[in-house]
Amino acid sequence: MTAPVPVSLIVNGTEVSRLVAPRTTLADFLRFDLELTGTHTGCEMGACGACLVMMDGEAVHACLVFAVQAVGSRIETVEGLAERGAIADLQAAFHVRNALQCGFCTPGMLVTAHALLERVDEVPSREEIRDALSGNYCRCTGYEAIVDAVTAAAQTRCCGGARPADALQDEGVQP
Amino acid sequence: MPRPNAKRLLAGRGRYVTDITLPRMLHAAFVRCPFAHARIFSVNADAARAAPGVRLVATGADLARICTPWVGTLDHFKGMKSPPQLPLPVDIAVWAGQAVVAVVADTRALAEDAAELVEIEFEELPAVTDLDMAQEPGGAKVSAVLPDNMCFRAGLDNGNVDELFASAAHVVEGDFTFGRHTGVTLEPRAIIADYDPSEERLTVHHATQTPYQFQDLYSRHYGIPESRVRVVAPDVGGSFGIKLHVYHEDMAVVGLSILLGRPVKFAADRTEAFVSDIHARDHRVKARAAVGADGTLLAFQVEDETAIGAFSTYPRTSAVEGNQVIRLIGAPYRLKGYQADLKVLFQNKVQTSQYRAVGHPIACAVTERLVDLAAEKTGLDPFAIRARNLIPDDAYPCTSATGYQFERLSHEACLSKLKALMDYDRLRADQAEARARGVHRGIGIAAFVEITNPSPAFYGVGGARISAQDGAILKITPSGEVRCLISVTEQGQGTEAIIGQIVADHLGVPQTAIRVITGDTEVTPHGGATWACRGAGIGGETALQAAKKLKGQVLALAGTILQANGEDLDLRDGEVVDRANGQPRISLAEVARIAYFRSDTLPKGTDAQLTAAHHFAPQGYPFAFTNGIHGSHVEVDVETGLVKILKHFVVEDCGRIINPLLVEEQVRGGVVQGLGAAFFEECRYDEAGQLTNGSLADYLVPMSCEMPDILIDHVETPTADTELGAKGCGEAGTAAASAAALNAVNDALSPFGAAISQIPMTPARLLKALGTI
Repeated sequence: MTAPVPVSLIVNGTEVSRLVAPRTTLADFLRFDLELTGTHTGCEMGACGACLVMMDGEAVHACLVFAVQAVGSRIETVEGLAERGAIADLQAAFHVRNALQCGFCTPGMLVTAHALLERVDEVPSREEIRDALSGNYCRCTGYEAIVDAVTAAAQTRCCGGARPADALQDEGVQP
Repeated sequence: MPRPNAKRLLAGRGRYVTDITLPRMLHAAFVRCPFAHARIFSVNADAARAAPGVRLVATGADLARICTPWVGTLDHFKGMKSPPQLPLPVDIAVWAGQAVVAVVADTRALAEDAAELVEIEFEELPAVTDLDMAQEPGGAKVSAVLPDNMCFRAGLDNGNVDELFASAAHVVEGDFTFGRHTGVTLEPRAIIADYDPSEERLTVHHATQTPYQFQDLYSRHYGIPESRVRVVAPDVGGSFGIKLHVYHEDMAVVGLSILLGRPVKFAADRTEAFVSDIHARDHRVKARAAVGADGTLLAFQVEDETAIGAFSTYPRTSAVEGNQVIRLIGAPYRLKGYQADLKVLFQNKVQTSQYRAVGHPIACAVTERLVDLAAEKTGLDPFAIRARNLIPDDAYPCTSATGYQFERLSHEACLSKLKALMDYDRLRADQAEARARGVHRGIGIAAFVEITNPSPAFYGVGGARISAQDGAILKITPSGEVRCLISVTEQGQGTEAIIGQIVADHLGVPQTAIRVITGDTEVTPHGGATWACRGAGIGGETALQAAKKLKGQVLALAGTILQANGEDLDLRDGEVVDRANGQPRISLAEVARIAYFRSDTLPKGTDAQLTAAHHFAPQGYPFAFTNGIHGSHVEVDVETGLVKILKHFVVEDCGRIINPLLVEEQVRGGVVQGLGAAFFEECRYDEAGQLTNGSLADYLVPMSCEMPDILIDHVETPTADTELGAKGCGEAGTAAASAAALNAVNDALSPFGAAISQIPMTPARLLKALGTI
């Protein structure tokens, strides 16, 4: 085992410094050192997407990044995105559409959806949303509700339309 | 009505066992057997014990001293046998990946480091790795303490099958193979055992569906009084039947905590999950059907062999699936004759056991494929042959050829709804047009019957301490809000939402004023919790009756306060009102304030109860059967063997629907698990019994881009056994999805004279069926 090394980075807008073992993944650092347990680990090999976080504006697998690699970067977890209201529309759309069951994949889904909506300027098609979510494993929902929810949020963001709940109700989805 | 707990999960504020850290908590890692079958000669753990942060290294013998063994049999399965099990093996390991030695250290990483220093000397023994080897006379045995590899054998025969086959115009048959797959819950299994020696009290935070069952098991096997064992199941990251079995590591972790007097956590990593979570299915079925000249189904004859691994799971056993396969085959149809033979066999692999829709997908695929073959033989359309043979909607109550008692099902209504939902004639026209262009689409349908609301006839009669009843305690708080403690548990399916809804409706308070609490044996009443689709049907009825009881108490008390007759009052939206005209009389909060703080103002002898408890177990039919039918539309690329699932359709009848949003998501999620089994998911072993695809990079799970949109429609036939009328729906999606897909793929292959009868239908298997490879 190698001696701990100091790391400093900005997590959810706050600078944090800790001593960590070099083998500590960013996911474990967030979960155990910072107690930000919204970032989940489902496979620890970048296949399931439960650990996705925003790193300097890009969605990355926190299980494939070592904490020491994140030194100096800006990390945003689901907690940070939620608290600053960046994903309020997605959260509302997921809630109304019941686009989650056990909720374990949900933080990763929200990060992927947020990253998608940040980079497009028109409402993506269902195929494009399914494609964007293709690295996020959900065992509970069947994905369709998630695609519906992302579509609804995209309509709000890209078209400045109705709030997602209203948009969904317009489409006949009863909360 | 969206779920009240969803906002928390959407904010990253879920609290799963994997997230929980307790003061002075230690972490366990396990050294696992590298062989499918091996004698443990010696364990040298000196280096591991000396490694940094290590607090304990324990072997099978260490835990055997404090834990009594368990045997996975049920009394009502006559002749069933299984070897005794312990947390860790003492002398022989029986599958590759079985935990052999436990290491407890300050962190999981340190425990893993030390685990690598444990030296175990194994002698490899002959391994039984397939169904044929398991039945070889004089061949290798999985257990030295049993006479052979037969766990359980059962048969069904209603007497006249030979005659019906002899007189049939046609006989259709098939040999079916169903691969092993597994639950792959996104949150792997996780447990924290916390034994406090000062009070001789055990608290277990456990990602489980069935906390009460584990309270009983930890109490009995570790000799701790039940009242001193508390099992807490907080947020659970997926379960699907995976998280209600006894796992060796979980029992070990309880023992490790007892030995150390400190909290010990174990969260399986994904590789550990693949080699130690229960697997499911693994059946080989030979089946044939006798068919009349006009397409009437006369009789079925079935042989099912299923390989369950090295032990039968405890306490539910690994024989339930095979038993349900032979009882569910043919269930939607009128049959004159039925004969079945079931063999449940041990082999040197991890245990198989109950996973979502136990036995249903196998029974459904066999049945529905035979029905399609019969249709082909008699020149009938798949809808027409089913219309001819499904049990008619006016034939109930009736008993199936295999002995199931059906209260009332709706196959005919579902069949006609599916035809409309699929726009069947248009799909057939599209298929013909596409075929002309060399594009091969297929349409398949599959009817199903799903077992829900199980009575004590399921496990209780077999001697298992698994509750068929559920309990609810409803309390009015001093502010006039409602706390509902209920034994059914939440894993994301929406239990808390529907229980809140039912209480709101039947008590007469807004749902926002109700707090539903689940998953803590110290707080909630005892009950069966979540398995076999019983949450809405049994848990919901429990909540309904408790709500009515509490409403009676509130109105009686309000009557005393108002000097009115309680029967003339009603509780609506949190207000006591005149029943006749809805005029508000007194708020619930005011009734509560008087009851709790000013009982001195009430007449002497007033019974100021604002808490009601109710327990309920099914007493009518042994099961409430749900039914329905699936349709699958696929496109097979005959060059590559790849299948694109174009659309999936479901019509289901789960009785009274409490919350359509939750029902539809349950069905969709279930369909996707069924489609995973049909096309992707398989635990593959080599000849030596090694799992060769134990990671999410090698084991394919359905992802969003491969899954279709799923259209759902409903028929509602409430059960008359309960006031609520709800049946289960959680397994309806999984039960028939793979069968419909199998029929759809075979329909697409039909121009080539090719057919497939094995799932998953991988590209290689499809190309083999096509004769390409």
